[in-house]
Amino acid sequence: MSHELLSGTTEQHLLQSVVAVARHVYAAAASSIFMVSPDTGDLVFAAVAGAGEQSLVGRRFPAGTGIAGWVTMSCQTLIVDNVAETDHFARDAATSTGYLPSSIMAAPLIAGNTCIGVLEVLDRHATEPDRELDDLELLDLLATQAAVSLSLVRHRERRVETHEWGGLLARLSDLAVAQTPDPLAVELLSVCLHLLQRTTAEHSLAR
Amino acid sequence: MPAWGMAVDGSEPMPADLFAGIGPTWAWGGADGSGVRVCVLDSGIDADHPLVGPVDQAWQVVSEDGRPPRVRECAPSDAAGHGTACAGIIREVAPKVSLSSVRVLGDGKSGTAAALLAGLAHAVDEGFDVINMSLSTARPEFRSRLAELCDRAYFRRCLLVVAAHNLPIESFPWSFASVVSVASHAEPDPMRFYYNATPPVEFCARGVRVPVASPGGGTMRNTGNSFAAPHIAGIAALVLSKHPWLTPFQLKSVLYHCAANVSPQSDQGGILVTRTPERDH
Repeated sequence: MSHELLSGTTEQHLLQSVVAVARHVYAAAASSIFMVSPDTGDLVFAAVAGAGEQSLVGRRFPAGTGIAGWVTMSCQTLIVDNVAETDHFARDAATSTGYLPSSIMAAPLIAGNTCIGVLEVLDRHATEPDRELDDLELLDLLATQAAVSLSLVRHRERRVETHEWGGLLARLSDLAVAQTPDPLAVELLSVCLHLLQRTTAEHSLAR
Repeated sequence: MPAWGMAVDGSEPMPADLFAGIGPTWAWGGADGSGVRVCVLDSGIDADHPLVGPVDQAWQVVSEDGRPPRVRECAPSDAAGHGTACAGIIREVAPKVSLSSVRVLGDGKSGTAAALLAGLAHAVDEGFDVINMSLSTARPEFRSRLAELCDRAYFRRCLLVVAAHNLPIESFPWSFASVVSVASHAEPDPMRFYYNATPPVEFCARGVRVPVASPGGGTMRNTGNSFAAPHIAGIAALVLSKHPWLTPFQLKSVLYHCAANVSPQSDQGGILVTRTPERDH
């Protein structure tokens, strides 16, 4: 495990782990993940293992760009071969990873009933002929596991965030009671606390 | 008797023995898709691609914040390429078919379920004979409305051919009984397909290393259920061009009888569990 992998957020560690595993199981030249921006639908290059440019992580591409765009829009897993012969997709692939593949395999990451990202495998090493359907099935399984893991990480981070806000509000509330004679301010803080407690309880039930 | 009960007189018995003679030759022998209108609900169609040919009508779903999606006419184009790939497969199978496009994907944000619903409603209302949908949604809040639309299509003689999902999640509309759901087989014959006796996937068609039209005029080889569904859509168009009276229910039955693993001689309900040569072509 590289030192780089140990830095950054839990989500980034997870994404990096997913592309590392995907690259390994397919003996592929590279694997990458695009995340879908919930606001704009843009594709954000989030992780890469193998050939490609780590420096491009974080770069945004317009919604619908290339193979990842297809998968995001249709929610369908697919393989595109002879990519290099097709100018349109070669350009997309080259700009997204800095590596020009001849084959791209891609699956949607579906969480919360929506496509939150795309897992791609570039130039998988085909050990046996006619394994395309098996390769797709395995990629679907990997993508599902990745999406579930991402959901859990995000859920946990939301809970931590809620907990931190709760602590801050409790301290403010104490301060208000001790130093502020304004009953409206105290009441407002207590409503905030109540809402936060309810959100925390709902998260606990949902686990 | 409920309102939908069958009348006791005045009805002719169904000619069940007809089915014994139904095979590919009866179903589409000599047919080229003439007179059948097929709509590709996808990212649009590149009408200039030589493998796709003319696109008779093209619409796009326009989504604006705070307003319901609207459908408006547009030039037949496809910035993404997914719809063009599907259209090229249909054109290959049924060369004389009338192809049209409703673009529901690639409108700014990634395709939304609301755009999908608006586009599907438009295509059904336009009276297309076959609609190809190589896409799906996992949004449960749209399930009921989608099911209504698929039922409406079914009762209006509009066959919906939908690519199945392989992910172990609930998604729609491929899993509805009113549509024809399609997954992939790995053989290279575009006319060969199999019946699946354990639905919701009902048929498997060519979906591996399929040569498809790519944006800009070339071709590429694609794998996935997205490219299996248009094969069945094309074959359904061929059947309808020869037998335009078929309802979706009857057409699905014809497809069943033409599947490469179905034989009237079998003692397993007509389904041979091993793949066998086709009977009559």
